Amino acid sequence: MSERVAVRKTYKLFIGGKFPRSESGRSYLVQDSNVSLASRKDARDAVVAARAAVKGWAGATAYNRGQILYRVAEMLEGRRDQFVALGASAAEVDAAIDRWVWYAGWSDKLPQVYGGANPVAGPYFNLSAPEPTGVVAVVAPESPALLGLVSVIAPAIVTGNTVVVAASPSAPLAAVTLAEVLATSDLPGGVVNILTGRLSETVPTLAAHMDVNAIDLTGVADAELAAELEVKAAENLKRVLRPAPADNDWYADPGVTRMTTLLETKTVWHPKGV
Amino acid sequence: MTATATSARSDLSELGRSETALRTFLHGLPGVDQVGAEQRAAQLGTRSIKTTAKAQAIDLAIRMVDLTTLEGADTPGKVRALAAKALRPDPADPSCPHVGAVCVYPAMVPHVAEVLRGSGVHLASVATAFPSGQAPLEIKLADTRAAVAAGADEIDMVINRGAFLAGRYKEVYDEIVATKEACGDAHLKVILETGELATYDNVRRASWLAMLAGGDFIKTSTGKVPVAATPPVTLVMLEAVRDFRAATGRQVGVKPAGGIKTTKDAIKYLVMVNETVGPDWLDPDWFRFGASSLLNDLLMQRTKLTTGVYAGPDYFTLD
Repeated sequence: MSERVAVRKTYKLFIGGKFPRSESGRSYLVQDSNVSLASRKDARDAVVAARAAVKGWAGATAYNRGQILYRVAEMLEGRRDQFVALGASAAEVDAAIDRWVWYAGWSDKLPQVYGGANPVAGPYFNLSAPEPTGVVAVVAPESPALLGLVSVIAPAIVTGNTVVVAASPSAPLAAVTLAEVLATSDLPGGVVNILTGRLSETVPTLAAHMDVNAIDLTGVADAELAAELEVKAAENLKRVLRPAPADNDWYADPGVTRMTTLLETKTVWHPKGV
Repeated sequence: MTATATSARSDLSELGRSETALRTFLHGLPGVDQVGAEQRAAQLGTRSIKTTAKAQAIDLAIRMVDLTTLEGADTPGKVRALAAKALRPDPADPSCPHVGAVCVYPAMVPHVAEVLRGSGVHLASVATAFPSGQAPLEIKLADTRAAVAAGADEIDMVINRGAFLAGRYKEVYDEIVATKEACGDAHLKVILETGELATYDNVRRASWLAMLAGGDFIKTSTGKVPVAATPPVTLVMLEAVRDFRAATGRQVGVKPAGGIKTTKDAIKYLVMVNETVGPDWLDPDWFRFGASSLLNDLLMQRTKLTTGVYAGPDYFTLD
């Protein structure tokens, strides 16, 4: 009897809840695997998928979004060994799981902390409520591959945004594997879209795209590129998160800036009546 | 012109005189190879049209759009806004051409006519008890005359599908002839409602019937039934107008309508036109798209080509 041949995994993109190959048909060799090399058209398709998902995701109740983020943590827990095999330390996987839970908790608390009644000089109720900005393009940090990725995705989506993430070019396997976790976590298709490949191909397209509302430049190490991307982003007044410092401690308390930067505040006036 | 062609032409004009002659002719048309038509249409959809060719195709497609609103909720204000958009689809770019026509219900025609007067944009009105066509003939004709009197220069009529499917071809023929007469100088587009005709053979027969009766355009659908324009149906209709011109010398236009939403779809249709009937039909006088949301996608693609940056729907009108 012949010896069994192992089935190798094809690492593909994650767009609209599906795992397509790059439309360009290209791939590149990294971490001993062939990984899809996304083109600007893949970036375009990902934005379309992300835009289509905004209505349902932003319209879901905060409680429901929190449940789904918690579910991601549950699924990730079950795949701990897989991520360790891909090079993440056990401590990093633990931190990534905990980070999902931490952000899940914020889903219905953030509007209470950052919204509320404003005192006004007149017979009106004046109420402010934070709302998601829409589609967010995210450049994930180069490392730590898993914890860094989770730390940029979770704060963007917990408030109701949808994201197109450019994964770390040198360590994309964690991103594609995280996509498998997300695909089995009741997260609606299109809320998170992941592109692997060269940042220089996909990110400028995303930064200039008129249908993207915000861009998170966390993983852009090259200061010149970051400046160029900010200029592109200015065309339609995208909200911008600047690159993280090289010595950023991803294990520390992340704070709320990542969430609050990607929000719009809606204020309504309502006559009080007497 | 040969003697046989002349006699063929007079033969065709005689067909409308009797039910039997019509039926014999229509049922004598060669059957459509369903698998072949679908494959051919799919194959023509695989062409890659890029850069300057794409820019040309987009501008042509914009000129071919019949910008349509056929809702019970249409108001004078809404159709005026639509007409203004038809004149200048992209206000930010003066080089953007205007669309082919605006298509509305008869009651809305006067409001649109005010805006379009003298612009070169045609004004199409649906008529003959659109979309079902289930009304007495006098009412359908009165509907048509009212639309023309109000300023429509194109009439989109629906055929009597009940009569067609029951095999009463003469009745359908006579209705089209009567409507054509009621149109006067206005162009007549005949809506076959292919989604209700069930087979490609019926589409071919209905196309010939509409052309024999004097229709200036044949149009696929009302947009009011689940199955609207599809590439194979349009292919069958294009073949019919090609064969009709070969037989009679008269050119008839084609208008797929409903379900064409993206630039990619529109360009596939243009490829099909060029490959099936040739460049003679690549003109807004002979080919139109019945659409509403298509225009915004064309404008976004056009903006992408001129600016190099992907456009977003936030920067185009809602309609």
